[in-house]
Amino acid sequence: MTDGYILPKGRVLRYKFHERAIHWMAALSYVYLLLTGLAFWSPWLFWIAIGLGGATVSRELHPWFGIIFVIAVALMFRMWGRQMHETAVDKQWWDAIPHYIKNEDEEVPTAGRFNGGQKLLFWGFFYCGILLLLTGLILWFPQYIPWNLRFLRLAAVIIHPAAALITMGLFIIHVYMGTAMERGAFGSVIRGDVSAAWAKRYHGIWYDQITRDPSARK
Amino acid sequence: MSGSSLEIRAISGHAGPAPGAGLKREFEVCKLIDTTTCIGCKACEVACLEWNGYSFSETVFNNSYQTMPETQWNYWNLIKFNEHEREDGSITLLMRKDQCMHCEEPGCLAACPADGAIVQYVNGIVDFQQENCIGCGYCMSGCPFNIPKFSPEARKVFKCTLCVDRVTQGLEPACIKACPTGCLHFGTKPEMTELAEKRATQLRDHSDFPHAGVYDPQGVGGAHVIYVLHDASNPEAYGGLPKDPRIPLTVKLWKHPLKWIGNLALIGGVLGVFFHYLRFGPKIIEGDSQKVTPTPPEPPEQPPHQGAIQ
Repeated sequence: MTDGYILPKGRVLRYKFHERAIHWMAALSYVYLLLTGLAFWSPWLFWIAIGLGGATVSRELHPWFGIIFVIAVALMFRMWGRQMHETAVDKQWWDAIPHYIKNEDEEVPTAGRFNGGQKLLFWGFFYCGILLLLTGLILWFPQYIPWNLRFLRLAAVIIHPAAALITMGLFIIHVYMGTAMERGAFGSVIRGDVSAAWAKRYHGIWYDQITRDPSARK
Repeated sequence: MSGSSLEIRAISGHAGPAPGAGLKREFEVCKLIDTTTCIGCKACEVACLEWNGYSFSETVFNNSYQTMPETQWNYWNLIKFNEHEREDGSITLLMRKDQCMHCEEPGCLAACPADGAIVQYVNGIVDFQQENCIGCGYCMSGCPFNIPKFSPEARKVFKCTLCVDRVTQGLEPACIKACPTGCLHFGTKPEMTELAEKRATQLRDHSDFPHAGVYDPQGVGGAHVIYVLHDASNPEAYGGLPKDPRIPLTVKLWKHPLKWIGNLALIGGVLGVFFHYLRFGPKIIEGDSQKVTPTPPEPPEQPPHQGAIQ
């Protein structure tokens, strides 16, 4: 099975419909979790919860959106997990990261379907997602954690926000790159397609694979 | 101790200081529980239910006087009965009235994220305001005494109010009123501390309790409920009275270093990507039809495979 299609008029299908749908399932649930989580994080941001229908509603819904988010991450793991293992090319990509940041793209080695940075994003969200799920379940039902297992609640109190902060750092960079910095990337996750030049430049190894693959023609 | 005692000192989850805090001098109230004269009659439990309008909860029988294992959301005052073996092998029954300690540095208030759900009055009473409570249960993790309890019906957390409604009207708390042996006392903190010390001295000097002392935990800045114990060196023997209660370390780490590191990291992240855009701008691809900046027209670059698929 191919993980991309050559389309007419110099376009390439980068993300299929189910990949885009799962991405937005994760993204929209994450945004709700982020906003309500920030409201509980600081008194100075508590007004966000009021804007979202009151903090009581936010506290009730936050765990349910967490379940949606965890399901989306699990589905992502199923569809992308195998493509996210780090390769030698990714190491070269990381070595060239100063050039990548300075937009000196001709100095940056081209990547497979996902580059080193995308893989970091994926595994960061995957492992933080596991931590957030486990600690989140404890924080969802603190009244069922008996007093002699209180250390679980106390651990959850610190691990949940710490893991969330890591995802927020990844999220800021991901949203910035996906919208403002990498022109064309946002379209790839909306309608699925990118230009052939874009694919060749950033994901040349993947682009070569699908160009050689006769089943990747549409 | 009239209505002015409701001046607020601290508010949970609140942006900025408590309005009006520290304007006036107020007495700090204190409840003194002398465990050495408690007879375990549970009159204080009944008075608590009566005054606060709760009905009796279902009890359990486990071959002891302990009719329920711990306080509940609608049962704020519970005598803990503890069979304790003396050094000579004989058994004594230690009885301790368990309820909110009204800590000077309340762990529940520190952990609470909801604006105004927990307030600390200048007179020392720590009170939950259920209309502001969001039911997250963080107070239950912040408390070192296992006091705040979640109500599945109300989906909010409840605990002893030290009868704040009575105290503001110049009355003593309901439990104090009901105690038949005089083991419960209520007054200002200095008065109660003095009385407690006097009783402890009496127990040490004139009774056979060389380790008698006052339990006023300094790890939470002192409390507005203090105990006289037969053996102050072993408060754990009284059923869940921690030796050195403190606000849990992880709650402190979360509320102080992690909060500031996190805030700086988040602001730094947002500023970082913003200035990256100002300095380096977007990545533009030669020959990309999705070009965002206007450039002179150029011949469309045909990828080599293009002919093959058309």
